[in-house]
Order: sequence, then C-alpha cells, then structure tokens
Amino acid sequence: MSTVWTAPPAKTETNYLNESYGIKSWLLTKDHKRIALLYLAAITFFFAIGGFFAVLIRLELITPAGDLMQPETYNKAFTMHGVMMIFFFLIPAVPAVLGNFLVPLMIGARDLAFPRINLLSWYIYMIGGLFALYAMVAGGVDTGWTFYTPYSSTYSNTQVMATAIGIFILGFSSILTGLNFIVTIHKMRAPGLTWFRLPLFIWAHYATSVIQILGTPVVAIAIVLVGLERAFHIGIFDPKLGGDPILFQHLFWFYSHPAVYIMILPSMGVISELVTCFSRKKIFGYGFVAMSSVAIAVLGFLVWGHHMFVSGQSVYAGMVFSILSYLVAIPSAIKVFNWTATLYRGSISYQTPLLYALGFIGLFTIGGLTGLFLANLGVDVHLHDTYFVVAHFHYIMVGGAIMGYLGGIHFWWPKISGRMYPEGWARFSALVLFVGFNLTFFPQFVLGYLGMPRRYHAYPEEFQVLNVLSSAGASILAVGYLIPMIYLVWSMRYGKPAPANPWGATGLEWQTPSPPPSYNFEETPVVTEEPYVYSHEEAEVV
Amino acid sequence: MSEHSSVAAAEHPAVLQHQFDDLEQQMDASTLGMWVFLLTEIMFFGGLFAAYTVYRAAFPEAFAAGSLHLDLKLGGFNTVVLIASSLTMALAVRAAQLGQRKNLVAFLAATLGLGLVFLVVKVFEYHHKYVERLIPGPNFVFEGPHAAQVQMMFCFYFAMTGMHALHMVVGVGLLVYFIAKARAGRYTAQYYWPVEVMGLYWHFVDIVWMFLFPLLYLIGHRGAH
Amino acid sequence: MTDFPLFPEKASTIAQSVDTLYWLLVAISAFFAVLIFALIFFFAIRYRRRRPDEIPRPILGSLRLELFWSITPGLIAIAVFVYGTVVYFRNAAPPPDAMEMYVVGKQWMWKIQHPEGHREINELHVPVGRAVKLTMTTEDVIHSFYIPAFRVKMDVVPGRYTTMWFQPTKPGKYHLFCAEYCGTQHSGMKGWVYVMEPVDYENWLSGKATTESMAAAGERLFQKLGCQSCHRADAPGRGPVLAGLFGSTVLLATGEKVVADETYLRESILRPQAKIVAGYRTQMPTFEGQVTEEQLLQLIAYIKSLGPKERIDTAP
Repeated sequence: MSTVWTAPPAKTETNYLNESYGIKSWLLTKDHKRIALLYLAAITFFFAIGGFFAVLIRLELITPAGDLMQPETYNKAFTMHGVMMIFFFLIPAVPAVLGNFLVPLMIGARDLAFPRINLLSWYIYMIGGLFALYAMVAGGVDTGWTFYTPYSSTYSNTQVMATAIGIFILGFSSILTGLNFIVTIHKMRAPGLTWFRLPLFIWAHYATSVIQILGTPVVAIAIVLVGLERAFHIGIFDPKLGGDPILFQHLFWFYSHPAVYIMILPSMGVISELVTCFSRKKIFGYGFVAMSSVAIAVLGFLVWGHHMFVSGQSVYAGMVFSILSYLVAIPSAIKVFNWTATLYRGSISYQTPLLYALGFIGLFTIGGLTGLFLANLGVDVHLHDTYFVVAHFHYIMVGGAIMGYLGGIHFWWPKISGRMYPEGWARFSALVLFVGFNLTFFPQFVLGYLGMPRRYHAYPEEFQVLNVLSSAGASILAVGYLIPMIYLVWSMRYGKPAPANPWGATGLEWQTPSPPPSYNFEETPVVTEEPYVYSHEEAEVV
Repeated sequence: MSEHSSVAAAEHPAVLQHQFDDLEQQMDASTLGMWVFLLTEIMFFGGLFAAYTVYRAAFPEAFAAGSLHLDLKLGGFNTVVLIASSLTMALAVRAAQLGQRKNLVAFLAATLGLGLVFLVVKVFEYHHKYVERLIPGPNFVFEGPHAAQVQMMFCFYFAMTGMHALHMVVGVGLLVYFIAKARAGRYTAQYYWPVEVMGLYWHFVDIVWMFLFPLLYLIGHRGAH
Repeated sequence: MTDFPLFPEKASTIAQSVDTLYWLLVAISAFFAVLIFALIFFFAIRYRRRRPDEIPRPILGSLRLELFWSITPGLIAIAVFVYGTVVYFRNAAPPPDAMEMYVVGKQWMWKIQHPEGHREINELHVPVGRAVKLTMTTEDVIHSFYIPAFRVKMDVVPGRYTTMWFQPTKPGKYHLFCAEYCGTQHSGMKGWVYVMEPVDYENWLSGKATTESMAAAGERLFQKLGCQSCHRADAPGRGPVLAGLFGSTVLLATGEKVVADETYLRESILRPQAKIVAGYRTQMPTFEGQVTEEQLLQLIAYIKSLGPKERIDTAP
C-alpha cells in the first residue's frame, strides 16, 4: 500500500497525501485523514483474513459429512471468522475509516480534538491485532466469538488467553475513537453549525460513540474475569465452586448486543448522506432520523437478554427483554421509511453509492424484519442458535453494515484519494455483491427454520441442497468483494482526477479540494443553513 | 471571554494545539474528554462491581468470612491517606488557578507522597495475604467453611483493589510529569486547567476506593465478635 | 440428495402453535419487505434523473406520516410480542401429569434415564400422546437440548436443572441436536427421538433388560451413603424428614422461604451449608464430588417418590 501512496500525484498543490513522504510520515502522522487510511489498510487486511476463514467454512459445508477438515479445525475456522470480522473489521470499519476521515471535515474542524490519542488508538488496534494473529498462528482458538463459559474458561485447550488479551486491548482503541468523536462533535463544530444542522452521518457517529464508551469497558471486564478464571481457576464461572456460567453471558451481551449497533449505526449515517445526495433532496424527517439513532443507542443497552431466552433465565426476564427488543423496531422502521420517502419526487441518479444505499435499505429491511422472529419468545425457542440467527445477523452486518461501508467508500473515494473510481466496474460489482449475498444467506433462513443448528461441522443429509446453494452464493460474494479491491487500488494511480465536489453534494467536506489539504479548510467555514439543501425553492408541505 | 482567551493564546502560543481556535476551546475539549473517559471508567469498574454484587449476594457468609481476613487498620489508614490526597490535589488546582508556582509544586508533591504511601501500604497488605496463603490459585489455603467461595471473595479483592492500584500507579506517573512541568513554569493562571483535568482523574480514583473500602473491608460483622 | 424438505416436520402439540405464529410473522415480514422494495423500485424509476441540472422541489417532513409509520409498526410489534409471549408461557409449564425423564449432557453425548430405570444414550423413546417432562443438567459445559420437529429447545447448564416438556403427536423418528456450541464434537452430539405407539413403547420398555427404577436406585444409594441415619423416615432426626418435602415450601434459618424443587434438593446435597432449614444445625457433610450427576438425579427421584406425609418443618 505505502508505495502507492508515496508516489507523488499529478496535482501540484499540496494536500494531505503529498505534503510529506515516507513510511515515517505515515506512522507518526497526527492527521485524522492519514490515520483513517492507516485504519483502512489495517481493517482491509483483517477483513481478508476473516474472509479466508469464511471460504473454509463454506467449502466444508458443501457436503454433509465433515470431510474437508477435522472438527477442531472447523471450530477454529468459524471462531477466527467471527473474531476477525466482528472485532477487527465491522466494529472499526465505518467509524475508524470514514468517521475518522469525515467527522472533522463535516463539522468544519481542522482535526479531531485529540490527534495524538487518535494515532494511539490505531497503534492499540494494531497491538490487539498482533495478539489475535499470534493466537491464530499458534494454533487458533475454538470457543466461538462469544467465548461462552465454562467452555472458554475451563475446557478449551486452545489459544483463548492470547485472543482474549487481543480483544481486551482492541477495546481501548474503540473507546478512544468514541471519546475523540464525542469531544470533537461537542466542542469543535464550525460557527453556525448547531446540533440540528449536523449531517446525519455525524448524529449516527455520535450515537455510536456513546455505545463505544459505555459498552466496551464492560466486555473488557468480562474478558478479565475469563482470564482470571483460566489462569487461577477460582470458580467465577465454574458451578462446582459456586460460580455462575450464565453471569458471563450477561456481561458479554451487555456489550455485544450494543456492539451490533456500533456496526450498523455508522452505516445508517452513511446511507442518509447517500440517499439525499443522489436524489438531490433534503432528508425526509431530519429530526426523526437523527433521534432514531440516539433511540437505537439507548434501547440497545436494554435488550441483551434476548440472546438468552433459552439459557434458563426466568420467563419474566425473557418477557421484559422481548418487549424492549420489539421497541428497537420502531426507530429502525422510522429510518427505513424516511429514506424511502426521501426518494419520493427526487431526482434519482443511479451512481454506485446509491446502488449500495438501495441495497442496504432492502437487505436491512429483511434483516430487521427477521429480528421480529428472534425477539419473539414463542418462535425464538425454535430458532435460537440455528442458521436462522446466522442468516439474520449476516443480513444486518453484511447486507447492512458492509453495504453501507462500501457505499461510503465509493462516495467519498474521490475525496479520500483525489481520483474517481471506474463507474462501470463499480456498478457491476455492486450488483454481483447483492446477488451473491442473497444467494448465500437467504437459504440459511430456511435451514434455520428446518432446525439446522449453527456451528455444525457435519450435518444431516437433507440439509445439503440449501447448503450447496449457500456455498455457491458465497463464491459469487467473494468475487463481488475482490473486484472493488482491485479497481480501487488501480484508481489511486490511474483514475480520473476528482474535482472538489464530483456529486454536487452539500456538506462541508465537499467545499474543500479533493484530496483536502492537511489543515482541511483554507479558512474555517461558517454554516448558515440546515444540511441537504439542494434547492432553495420553498419546501412543499406533505 | 474570547478577548481574555486570545490574550492567553498570545502569551502561550506553544501550548495552543493547532486543531483548536483558542485556549478556551482547548480547555473545554480537554475537560470534556476527561469526563467522557471517567464515564468509561465508571462502566469498567461497574462491570466488576456487578459481578462482585452477584457473588456476594450468593455467598454472604463466605464474603463476610473473607472480609475478616482483611486488615481493617491498614485499609482505614489508606482511606484517610486518600482523602487527604484529594484535599492536597484540590489545593494544587487552587494554586494553579492563582498562578502560585511554588504552592502548586508543593501540593502536587504532597499528593504524590500520599499516593505513594497508599501504594506502599497496599504492597504490605498484599504481602500479608501472600504469607497467609490467601492469594487465589493452587497455593490458596483457608481453614474453615466455604473455602472455595472465600477464595472467590479474595479473587474479587485482588481484581478490584488491583485495578484500583493500577489506576493509582498511572496517577502517580502523571503527578511526576506534572510536578516536572510545574517546576519548569509551564502552568500559569491562564493555562492552569491541565492540572484541573488531572485532578478530576485523581478524585475519581479516590472515589472508587471510597466504594471499595466498605464493600471489601467492612462486611465482616466485626462488632459481633 | 433425494430428500429436500423446505418445511420441518411437525410432531408435537407445541409445534402447531409455534408454526402458526411463525407463518404470521412471515406474512408480516413479507408484506413490509414487498412494500419497501416496491416503493424503492417505483420511486427509483418514476423519479429517475432526466436532466443533469434537474433540481427537485424540496419536501418538508410530515409529522403525520412520521407518527403513522412509527405507531403502526409499534402496534404490530406489540401485538406479535403479546401473541409470542402467550405461546411461550403456554408452552413453558408442563402439565402436572407429565412423564418425568432425566437428561444428563456430557461432551459429547446425551444420557437419558427413564423413571423405570431404562437408560439410553443419544436416543430417546417416548410414547405418542403423552406429555413428557425432561429435567436436565450437564457434567461439563453448557449444552442445549433441541428437537426441531417438536419446536422445543432448552439450554442445559452445569450446576443447575433446567426443564422442558413436549407432547408428541406423530409416531416417527426425529432429530435430536445439541444447539449450544460445546467443543470439538459439538456437531456429533446428536441423536434420535423415537415416538412410538403406546403399545410399542410398552413393548420396548419390557423388551429391555429390566433394571431397578430410578427411585429404587436412589433409595439404595440413600442407604449406602448413610443418609437415613439423620434423615429418618418417621420422625425428625438430626436432619429434616424428607417425606413430602418435594414441592413444599421450606422455612430457612434465615427466615427466608424457598420452594423445595430439584435445584434446591441438588444444592442441599452438594452444599448443605448454603440453605439451612430453620431449627437444624449445619452438620451435614458435603457430597460434592462423591455423587455423579446421574446419582444425584436418582436421589432426587427417590425423594420425589416419598409420598406426601404430615410434615414438620422445624425440629421438635
């Protein structure tokens, strides 16, 4: 990667990319835009590892018998897939790359409030990543990304400690990013940029940051307890010594359910930007979209028990968690309907970012609606821990979070790299991704309803047809990920130079050259109106 | 207000970081940053307190029995030490606001001294536990009922006071840094707030101990014996 | 490859109620998904950009619409919540006349005991039309007992008992899975549930080498461990009388009242000091590590079998 960046761009004016050269200027940078690119390189690397394990899983599941690898290897493969994708890719993806790059630009600031802490968070991420990589090389870990006790604390003979330390360290990177965003959004907005003039991307990141700083420390402490239990065998999670293995599930899901919103909320913010820009319309119901992000963040902390409906928790606790989970449906529905309504009487241009945005809305709708099944006590007893759950969260995380991430990468690529990506290839790959994704994961809903449990290395023969469909879809999906990786790298050198505002978008980030200068703005911009004003014509009242 | 801060910025061009417009914004951001960090810390200790609460509710006798093996005198002494250190820290902030460099250094040094006293006492306490074989693990020995659960109580004791002590060590390190800077005259009446932000951290660590002390040391019904 | 089902078998009374709810949710989801997809496609085509400089007239949001599309999904959500919770609660409590069977999970097998004493591994034979209640625990990690055709699943947690029940409606052979990841051979921890006509079930029972019933095995163990020297049958000894204890409310020395269920009995055997009955002292030794999970279940089956008697909760 670095060789590409050190090549001087054709442009003569200085920007954040050509201002200085050499590895050192990147590794010691305090510029939020360069740190975003450091993150981009790092998370792409971990995404590739996670994807490699996904390929192993789908290959193994082509046949019912566990014939490709040993059961232990398979268990390690799905664990590493989950750990890499969730902790090292999905959680940092949008905030650490797009958020880092755009939060200061969008609010008219020169940088985040704490640039050194920002760089530190990247190093912490990398150190956490080294531990996880060490765990992978030293034999892997087989507990599943959920680390349920007492299996993880007592019974597993794999690299639980190294992985746990890696995730523990990684958590601080997430916390520091969230802290930086909160302070920046509170204190560093340009003159005139009031809270309700903020782009929805900023609202989404603000809500995400709140989850990061409040949730992450709790999973950190859960990991510490697992570590203590493994090291000294005190019995915190071992019932023979009076411990309670279910306590871990409470602590774990107290973070890990909100963590799902860390993954999806920033992507929702991206979608709001894309839908408005490519329909040249103000967002429909700005206040509702903004507040629904906050509502999701708050409700997210109250629903963790819906992962434990069959864990033996009290039926009344299950009832409370069920109704609270259903409440999340309301802000989610508000978002989907408002995005759709924004398209109404717009001027819609089918550029790649919009294709991703529409894909997001469709897939997130399916992911969200299938959440109604899992929040439902009566049905969840049957569907819990089956492929239905796997399909549901991949619709949210891959169909939602990754679609939003890729849409955002394409949208802001001209700003980030100063180059345009090839539009034809990009539309083609968006289509390939959409088809491949649905073929991979839709059959898994049926598999789950049929009763195929997740994390199964071998399965009864009657499930084979659906599994083969899923594996076939995965191969298409893999192609859909490879094409953008190739053309985006290609475009960094050979793409058409990008103008400051190739999409005719509103937003402060488009008022500075592409790529932006190190200090972002020639002079601090002054904001005088709400976001997404594409027309000054008097607004129609519906 | 903005006039005031622009004067300050002119006096201290070196301390104003490039991303901020003026010192006031930098102060606001630093202060808010520390508060947000402390929120994270509350959740961090909160998780630990929640686990502690679950097990203490499950095994009240064992936790009480374990508590009797903690040294109330040393724990109480340390509590007083920390309260005193909070006072000296507050006085240090006051001195910084008034631009009294000598007093600032003196109060920071006093805080540092008290913090070190706390840590030294803690080392002695830990050593006692080691001698009495109350460190959880293969060498743990406890005569009496509920030995396994008492071990769990000690596990929480070490996890909670250990995390707290780790925060104290960080605080001591920060104090050393601040004393060095204060001696060099870095802090003035306009640029006093780094000391205040540091003070927030120090008070937070003290407050955590104010919860730890009763939860760990004072549950053993000592009066009944 | 010949067999390619898209719908799971329905073989219990619970299955029907769960499926009705499931298909209702499918219908609701399909409606909203089609609605959103149709709107997106329609808008995307109808309002496509026709000139590069086209600027549409802005539209303010609409409070009425916002309320409409937050309240409607909210009401639907609450309705399916209520429906789902009713189904769940109805399916949570076993009928009082259910046959009791006992399950012990272990990496990586299911050990099942019938009250008559028959033991099975990874197989469960049950008669059609009878409610069956399973009391379950595990020797090691968390497992989950899952019979898709019955739409029932319950985690099996070390150190405590969880229960589930079902009433098979159709004879046949159905999958039994472990649904909670439990280590290397997790996907091998599966078996079959055989639902038999009552006559066939009786034949199956009598065809097996007759062993003593669980309660009888428990009684033998009770004597072997010397429990009866304190827990006497007729009058309170150093320990409380156990006859009629199961299911009754016990007054503890702390003044608390607890219901003597399986988990209480289990704890009182393994950690007698944890809950002491009012009027008794802490003399009973712990049996932690001296009895296996299966023996514990036998002891509990024995205590359950002791008929209801005039009970005295405190020492004389």
